[in-house]
Amino acid sequence: MDLTTTYLGLKLRTPLVCSASPLSETLDGIRRLEDAGASAVVLSSLFEEQLTRDRDDLLAHLSANTDAFSEAQSFFPAVENFHWGPESYLNHIRKAKAASRIPIIASLNGTSLGGWTSYARDIQSAGADALELNIYCIPTDPAVPGSEVERVHVDILTAVRSAVSIPVAVKLAPFFSNMASMAKRLDDAGAGALVLFNRFYQPDFDLERLEVRPNLLLSTPQALRLPLHWTAVLSGRIKADLAATSGIHTAMDSLKLLMAGATTTMLCSALYKFGIEHIKTIEADITRWMTEREYVSVTQLRGSMSQRNCADPSAFERQQYIRTLTTYKGL
Amino acid sequence: MPTPFQIVDANEAVADVAYRLSEVVAIYPITPSSAMGEWADQWASEGRGNIWGDVPSVLEMQSEGGAAGAIHGALQAGSLATTFTASQGLLLMIPNMYKIAGELTPAVFHVAARSLATHALSIFGDHGDVMAARATGWAMLASNSVQEAGDFALIAHAATLETRVPFVHFFDGFRTSHEINKISTLPDAVVRELIDESFVEAHRARALTPDRPVLRGTAQNPDVYFQSREAANPFYDAVPGVVQTTMDRFAKLTGRAYKIYEYHGAADADRVVVVMGSGAETLHATVDALNAGGAKTGVLKVRLYRPFDATLFCAALPKTTEMIAVLDRTKEPGSAGEPLFLDAVASLQRGGRSDLRVIGGIYGLSSKEFTPAMAKAVFDELAGPAPKPRFTVGIEDDVTHLSLTYDPAWSVEGDEVVRAVFYGLGSDGTVGANKNTIHIIGDHTESFVQAYFVYDSKKSGAMTVSHLRFGPNPIRAPYLIEQAGFLGCHQTSFVGRYKMLRMLAPGGVFLLNTAAGPLEAWETLPKDDQDEIRAKKLRFFVIDAYKVARDNGLGGRINTVMQACFFSISGVLPKEKAVEAIRESIREAYGKKSEELVQKNLRAVEESLKNLHQVVVPAGAAKSAPLVPPVAAGAPGFVRDVLGPVCAGEGDRLPVSAFPVDGAYPTGTAQWEKRGLAQEVPVWDESVCIQCAKCVIVCPHAVIRPKVYAPELLDKAPDSFKSCDPKDREWKGLKYTLQVSVEDCTGCGICVDVCPARNKSETKLKALNMRPIAPIREDEKKNWEFFLGLPEVDRGLIKNGSIRHEQFQRPLFEFSGACSGCGETPYLKLLSQLYGDRLLIANATGCSSIYGGNLPTTPWAKNDEGRGPAWANSLFEDNAEFGLGMRLSVDQQTGAARELLKRLAPAVGEDLARAILDATQKDEAGIHEQRERVVVLKKKLASLKDAKARRLLGLADALTRKSVWIVGGDGWAYDIGYGGLDHVLASGRNVKVLVLDTEVYSNTGGQKSKSTPRGAVAKFSSGGNPAAKKDLGLMAMSYGNIYVASVAMGARDEHTLKAFLEAEAYDGPALIIAYSHCIAHGIDMRTGMQNQKAAADTGKLILYRYSPERARAGDAPLTLDSKPTRPAGLGAYMASENRFQMLLKSKPEEAKALFDLAQEDARTRWDLYEYLSQRKPHAAA
Repeated sequence: MDLTTTYLGLKLRTPLVCSASPLSETLDGIRRLEDAGASAVVLSSLFEEQLTRDRDDLLAHLSANTDAFSEAQSFFPAVENFHWGPESYLNHIRKAKAASRIPIIASLNGTSLGGWTSYARDIQSAGADALELNIYCIPTDPAVPGSEVERVHVDILTAVRSAVSIPVAVKLAPFFSNMASMAKRLDDAGAGALVLFNRFYQPDFDLERLEVRPNLLLSTPQALRLPLHWTAVLSGRIKADLAATSGIHTAMDSLKLLMAGATTTMLCSALYKFGIEHIKTIEADITRWMTEREYVSVTQLRGSMSQRNCADPSAFERQQYIRTLTTYKGL
Repeated sequence: MPTPFQIVDANEAVADVAYRLSEVVAIYPITPSSAMGEWADQWASEGRGNIWGDVPSVLEMQSEGGAAGAIHGALQAGSLATTFTASQGLLLMIPNMYKIAGELTPAVFHVAARSLATHALSIFGDHGDVMAARATGWAMLASNSVQEAGDFALIAHAATLETRVPFVHFFDGFRTSHEINKISTLPDAVVRELIDESFVEAHRARALTPDRPVLRGTAQNPDVYFQSREAANPFYDAVPGVVQTTMDRFAKLTGRAYKIYEYHGAADADRVVVVMGSGAETLHATVDALNAGGAKTGVLKVRLYRPFDATLFCAALPKTTEMIAVLDRTKEPGSAGEPLFLDAVASLQRGGRSDLRVIGGIYGLSSKEFTPAMAKAVFDELAGPAPKPRFTVGIEDDVTHLSLTYDPAWSVEGDEVVRAVFYGLGSDGTVGANKNTIHIIGDHTESFVQAYFVYDSKKSGAMTVSHLRFGPNPIRAPYLIEQAGFLGCHQTSFVGRYKMLRMLAPGGVFLLNTAAGPLEAWETLPKDDQDEIRAKKLRFFVIDAYKVARDNGLGGRINTVMQACFFSISGVLPKEKAVEAIRESIREAYGKKSEELVQKNLRAVEESLKNLHQVVVPAGAAKSAPLVPPVAAGAPGFVRDVLGPVCAGEGDRLPVSAFPVDGAYPTGTAQWEKRGLAQEVPVWDESVCIQCAKCVIVCPHAVIRPKVYAPELLDKAPDSFKSCDPKDREWKGLKYTLQVSVEDCTGCGICVDVCPARNKSETKLKALNMRPIAPIREDEKKNWEFFLGLPEVDRGLIKNGSIRHEQFQRPLFEFSGACSGCGETPYLKLLSQLYGDRLLIANATGCSSIYGGNLPTTPWAKNDEGRGPAWANSLFEDNAEFGLGMRLSVDQQTGAARELLKRLAPAVGEDLARAILDATQKDEAGIHEQRERVVVLKKKLASLKDAKARRLLGLADALTRKSVWIVGGDGWAYDIGYGGLDHVLASGRNVKVLVLDTEVYSNTGGQKSKSTPRGAVAKFSSGGNPAAKKDLGLMAMSYGNIYVASVAMGARDEHTLKAFLEAEAYDGPALIIAYSHCIAHGIDMRTGMQNQKAAADTGKLILYRYSPERARAGDAPLTLDSKPTRPAGLGAYMASENRFQMLLKSKPEEAKALFDLAQEDARTRWDLYEYLSQRKPHAAA
């Protein structure tokens, strides 16, 4: 069975890619993912604000309480050679490249235009095969119009594209007034791929302590529907590859997305739930399913059920909504 | 050979030479020498080589005694070795010093000379320590200035190699060790040239080696010991000549010429002062000034003190000399004279100058100022009709009348030197800015610079005073500025509290950081200051530096703002040049770190200049602000008359008669010093409060207190006094108040962080919320006064083991000078609440002895009956033994009293005697009843004529139970005092040990101890501590009969309380290891209790109790009180503390490896403890 696919210009053995997560924070983790059959790995993100905050915190702590007490003019040794930048992340890329044969896609999560471009350059120099821009943006200011949010996305991509020559993917949230329009604009700005979608980590409430708390929930199979919908809608309408992520737990999930038009399907929560070896299971199940149905390649089925190619394009539009509600019988 | 300049203090200058000439450096922190070891450790971690290209082995030892032992061994095995120390540290080295000298081994110990602990500890400078080592057989070379300290370090190393006699090279602690000066550097070429390699080879050839074996350290008998001692005489005889020759060679290399006995002054002087150390510089300047006025005076600087060469000493004196005064910076009570005086007298006699009249005086103990005015007083005394044969100078001795009077206004300082003084807070960056300023001036101009910084004794809200001089010639003025041309006051709160303007010369500039604008500022000054400004025609400038800093994103760091203003007004540099230099220094300081910080600071410079205003002094009368009294109204006489002036910075003016003769001070004095440090304070919302008292137990400064009381007492309450109904049924019908002493609060916010109660409508609010102090200060002062007047809760009604109940007990440790948010003090406060009225405390030297016992005011307090903790600090190394001695003493007296009581039972009443002898005193009520019985007993005894009765009367108080607690930090318990601690715990005696474990030497600046966890960056471990933390608790548990607990109040407060109660109740030795967060961890101190919790939750710390009593009952003695899971997630915890994070940022690979090991440590330790917790005693199993 030919499971090969091409993503961001990279020839991949299968469409099963590991999305950015702590699983790829160590070399050991990357090797295990590769051994389990991942065709590429997106490294956990480099967060610009984390670097900035670490630096500011460290400087604040080093200067706090200095020159204030006769017995101790300071409380830490005078270390000068700090690595404020992303050296550790870049080293990780270098080592990951040396330690594995699959493509290594770096992930960058920035806060300033300068940060996006300079870190992108560093990442390219470190040897990453491609770069995924994780534009995780939660606008909360009522004074900022949606058009401004969209412009920022395009500006970031444009700036990074001009700074690097490796392919650039954009991982984005689904919350745009017109997702299709946004996708087109990013496509026009040179995105090599769109990764659908970034998960929105809403905080939870702790009613015991009356505190708002971050609470990461692993994705559920239900989350699949959103990328499935938009992959199907966008497939064939833009040049960029489509990578689907969220809620992919089984071979069926992966197949659905491929048939919607995804070039790759990205795994994360399922690996936490079922273990890294689950990649092998999904791959085997895909192969079996395709064999049973006499498919010969992933290319053959890709996009076969996209809005363009499916029997009922209206299923992705308003009519389906009306149909769904009017036919629902409840319990 | 011309050399470039550098701007350094003596510690750095000395360490720079010693490091380059050493192969083994054994170190141990002690103020004021710690920085030398820190430099050595840092250079080694950076891979810096010595002059032979090797990186020296730098190793921290467990004590100075250990360091000396290691040095001795290193020398014996043929290495060049050195160490740095001071004070008690040098005393601990003395046994090895005799050995090293007796074996004629070349070595140099560099000593920042410091006072010895006598009636009190003092970290400051005098020659008490080096004089105590003068009999060890070491040569002793004294440096008088920063330049000399660097130079003589080299000369000492060269001379010891040639002579084989080991050298103590010393310089004045703080005054020289911490003075920053622009000095000529010593390039490697000079260092290499002065060291004769043949002597290094000779030293190596004498090394212990099995290839050429010898035996050292024999035991000798009366027949040969004496002769053997004399056999070394020729080596000592050679030393003065060798040192002088070495100085001469040094002069050829550097142009700086020195003499071992160096005379300066009139060639035909009639009066000469002999002196050693930085005071010589003062005398040098004084002599010049006096001689310029026609006097014939001189100063003889003694540089080589041991071996003392009588011939050269006498030869250095002008033949015209008639009178000599010898000044000693040490005191030897009961002697015929102080050491240098006696040496001088003996030398004059031997040198045929016994015709000279010689008097001896003491000056400058504990860094007491020694000014030209005082130096002049010595010359005046020599010229007087009846010079005092023994005198003191610099103080007023109204008891034995030994002191000389002097005119404090007499000065030798010329106009060519710019003098500036700055008052700041430790936290505002003033000192850092001034260090930067002297670099700007010293590096960018030909000017010479000098800076010296004075810190007060508190760790929170400490005042700093910076003294800066700039001038065209090298600055030799080792004394504080008395008349400045510029005075910057960086804190408005100092106005009216300190008489700062007294230091300004006429026409000088006064710059004040104040929120008041140029039109309002005048009226914010007290009348004294207004008068001074008018009388001296001072120029008065204001700036709202906090606003400028805040507006430009610099938070509370006003350093850049005030620095820009200084340069703008002072004229020390042309304004444009100065501003450009500041900009450049900002780029240098922050450029590598953050462009954002660079821009913020640059903007702040521009804004500072725009917001700086000169105040127009009003022509007529104007309003003025009141003076702030140094201590609160109603303070006892001693506090008001003695401690008060000390608080106001006027302690130098107090006479001898003001002070206790034996170092015993009244307790409970901190309550009178209202420091008003906090900008924001916690405000109680009684409608939200659940009365859990968690805020009370964690408050490091004991400023939050609860009371329950009869409702009718509220009749006289101030209007703003808050109260509510108590939540506990026990207090039904009473009223409850949680009151904050806003003037004693440091604003740390820990109380708010731990408060578990939230406002039901607005969850960001709690039962305590931080609010600006200004609008509520006056009301809350009255409320606190009223609150104190409410009766204390009856201790007999308090439920044992309940925090909300126990916290009603009055703390007898309050308002200490500890850091804001301190993690140690809540444990001490708890101890004082539980057992304060029957407590003796032996306190090891360290943070707890400083915030617990540093003048002017101290936190250990008394209850209304006058009872409270009796506290004493002996030393750093002996604290466990000190406490055991207290226990033995108390037990001995109790035993004697009981025996006497048995014998006197018929006379005092059999029932009373039986009741006293049988009393178990197991609880508050029992102790209370026993005290009442003892009162009756004493009355009866007083009426008896019998000698036994009189003896029992003196011992009767010993019949009431006393608790002895031994308190100290991890530096003491894990390192320097461990041997003693181990022995004391093993003694089985009823002593309780509280280890305040911050995992570093906090007091001396965060050096590694054996408690430091793996992977933590600390001084002496800048590459991250590679070793796991020592398990002190496990070691103690191995005895089986010691109660051991590991507690962390921030993790489980009720567990902490339980451990204290069990430890006290156990009839035997107990050890509580109390994890304490600390500023040296690099954390947000407001949330320090969360760090404690995270440490326990991740298994970095295991909470447990080991009870021998449980073993006796057949149960497993060890109870694990942490979460019963295998430790995980240590990485996240470690990333939250700067001590670990900075390794991740400096050495990421090593950090990851160490963090992994640390995680493994935690798991291994947990597995072991879990196993042990399931092990019942053999008999039971």
